[in-house]
Amino acid sequence: MSIVYALIGTLVFAILGPVIGCLLSGLDRKISARMQGRVGPPLLQPYYDVRKLLGKERVSVNTAESAYVIAALVFALLAGGIFFSGGNLLMCVFVITLSSLFFIVAAYSSRSPYAEIGAHRETLQVMSYEPMIILMTVVFYQASGSFDVSNLFNIPIPIIGCTWLAFIGLLFVLTIKLRKSPFDLSMSHHAHQEIVRGMTTEMSGPTLAKIEIMHWCETVLFLGWVGMFFIWLNPLSLVLAIVVAVLVYFLEIWIDNNFARTKWQALLGSAWFIALVCGGLNVIVLMFV
Amino acid sequence: MGYASKSPWVIHYDGSSCNGCDIEVLAALCPGFDAERFGVINTGNPKHADIFLVTGSVNERNIDVVKEIYDQMVEPKVVIACGICACTGGIFHDCYNVIGGVDKAIPVDVYAPGCAVRPEAIIDAVVQGIGILEKKAEALNASRKGA
Repeated sequence: MSIVYALIGTLVFAILGPVIGCLLSGLDRKISARMQGRVGPPLLQPYYDVRKLLGKERVSVNTAESAYVIAALVFALLAGGIFFSGGNLLMCVFVITLSSLFFIVAAYSSRSPYAEIGAHRETLQVMSYEPMIILMTVVFYQASGSFDVSNLFNIPIPIIGCTWLAFIGLLFVLTIKLRKSPFDLSMSHHAHQEIVRGMTTEMSGPTLAKIEIMHWCETVLFLGWVGMFFIWLNPLSLVLAIVVAVLVYFLEIWIDNNFARTKWQALLGSAWFIALVCGGLNVIVLMFV
Repeated sequence: MGYASKSPWVIHYDGSSCNGCDIEVLAALCPGFDAERFGVINTGNPKHADIFLVTGSVNERNIDVVKEIYDQMVEPKVVIACGICACTGGIFHDCYNVIGGVDKAIPVDVYAPGCAVRPEAIIDAVVQGIGILEKKAEALNASRKGA
């Protein structure tokens, strides 16, 4: 039965995810512009960009690239479907990682030096955030008694009370997962020059549009992870979860606009340190509580 | 209005400019004018760009580079020659290595003369270029439906 729910969830997420993600992305660009003393583009600018990209000529360095990109998009939608239908969080984490891996393979398949540098760096980013994400999932299981996200509506108090340490860890790796400065090594949203365009260097037109849509869906999913810490028996907690997710997104925009890009050594070191301290300590504490 | 005109992404290439026009091109893209209001983004990647801003004349060394960037850009695309050197070769027109304006290498859609070209002239040229981009996008769409 949970498979049916996940599939229905995927269908719904395939429509709502990009819509909400697009608006969030537009908001991001608008707020970023205001932080820099500019007026900024219209709220729907990301939508215009994607529509333009979809209308461009289809050009690809090889035939495999677009297949990999479609796979990455489909698995991102599936991960969102699993999560928002109340499915298994562990499965959701694995499926979204699979989506990232397809994206990396798509970048490698082009054999362009710039895309390969981007793919190297994205691999490092996956290596950096994955331990913390897995530990967060373990903490989630320990605190709520199940890997199922729907189980959150059965617990009397939100899990944030005993998982705030892992929550801080999640906030840290969220910057890496959203590819925001200072951790926008593999593909930057702002500076559009050679290396920092990274993985998408060889992608153009409709392929690039799919990457953008995938990014919108990922953003919504990750903010869902942030919100789930604040869900309990009370249905009104959904409102609280959304408010927290929006605040966290604002924090990410603020971080994005205020920090310069780091080296990959600092990325890997700090992310693993955070995983060990925030994730590891939280797991150990919950083991003995 | 189609979507091509709502998100024109530009790429800038310095042919053999004295840097005067380059500085003006970058000035036009600065937060002061805030070109992102109209969806303009300065890309460094021809595969992402819609509008090609070329400064400086074409010479024996860079003609292949200009052609390569143009070929890598995905249809629909527009070329704008920024500055008098990019339009005709300018004061360098009779140098032994200078071939002439950018139109000696690739088809140019809009000419923005000036030495150095003013940011206002560049913005004016880009606005004209957006109109041409829109027509090209419509033509591409029509040929797709016809095919």
